[in-house]
Amino acid sequence: MVEFVDIALLVLLGITAFSIIRQKNLFAAVMLAGIYSLLSAGLFVVMDAVDVAFTEAAVGAGISTILMLGTLALVGHSEHQPQHRPILPLFVVILTGAVLVYGTLDIPPFGDASNPAHHHVAPHYLEESEHEIGIPNVVTSVLASYRGYDTMGETTVIFAALVGVLLLLSLGPRPRRVFSNGRWITVAASEKDASEGGAEEAQEDTLQISPEEKTLGDTNG
Amino acid sequence: MDDRVILRVGAKILIPFILLFALYVQFHGDYGPGGGFQAGVIFAAGFVLYALIYGLENVKKVLPPQAVYICSALGVLLYAGVGYVTMALGGNFLDYGVLAHDPEHGQHYGILLVELGVLITVFGVMVAVFYAFAGRRRVDT
Repeated sequence: MVEFVDIALLVLLGITAFSIIRQKNLFAAVMLAGIYSLLSAGLFVVMDAVDVAFTEAAVGAGISTILMLGTLALVGHSEHQPQHRPILPLFVVILTGAVLVYGTLDIPPFGDASNPAHHHVAPHYLEESEHEIGIPNVVTSVLASYRGYDTMGETTVIFAALVGVLLLLSLGPRPRRVFSNGRWITVAASEKDASEGGAEEAQEDTLQISPEEKTLGDTNG
Repeated sequence: MDDRVILRVGAKILIPFILLFALYVQFHGDYGPGGGFQAGVIFAAGFVLYALIYGLENVKKVLPPQAVYICSALGVLLYAGVGYVTMALGGNFLDYGVLAHDPEHGQHYGILLVELGVLITVFGVMVAVFYAFAGRRRVDT
């Protein structure tokens, strides 16, 4: 039964991957990529890695699909015709795939108790975390306590990614808003807007700090 | 957006449950699958859904970009701060055992705080990246 689920998921995964390659409409490709992530999450569940499956479903199928759709809303949804011939990229991809498949030949069989991964620190985590940490979910114990440094680095990487995104998106031909001095400020996009907006702003400024108003306020006060 | 009644009503019903589910994932991470990262993404998804249905300007009234940037830095600071507190209490960096008299309880507190830090940062970063993409206007060439 498990084999049947495995085969079904892998076949669907393959079909989805080929559909993404063949798809010219980028919106459809993004949705298919979300389905691909969801199928991967299903595979992780079959392999008893529920935490990883959870992350894959939330990030891969959820947020990253939204971000890709947001990108497509900016750049359009049709793929440009490629200028080059596909022979060389195809060769590189096939070669890389062959190397990866060759690499899997040395990997010990999945779930084998004699795997090196099950003989280093894993037995200690599994046997002692109940007493040392006292939390039923060993994944959380390893993630937050035994491997707390790694998770801190991971959190920092996520933060650094945000800094990178903000830096990149605040460069180039301007939308109307830029990030400066720690806040979003509105700037004029073109010269025409600049003259109009600038004049309006100047008028508002003079209205606000006009001496008449000041004296008016003083006399009233 | 005014004519999409089903989407608007549906989202309004769903969003509280999405946020609640995120908190469940966060605090149930000790017992089942889940934790700060997944919870942060789900919590952010609630706000992203709100932005998709009701518009970016409305969600920014609820959650200003400034608050999101503060969140994304605050989580990392909280995580590292726990490490420094454990050092100040005489333990190693991120050695939660010293946080309470019983080392096991200390581990519980430490993991709770650290996961909270992860939640805050992931939530902040996800929403901020969404703001950055969605707030950018299309450049027509």
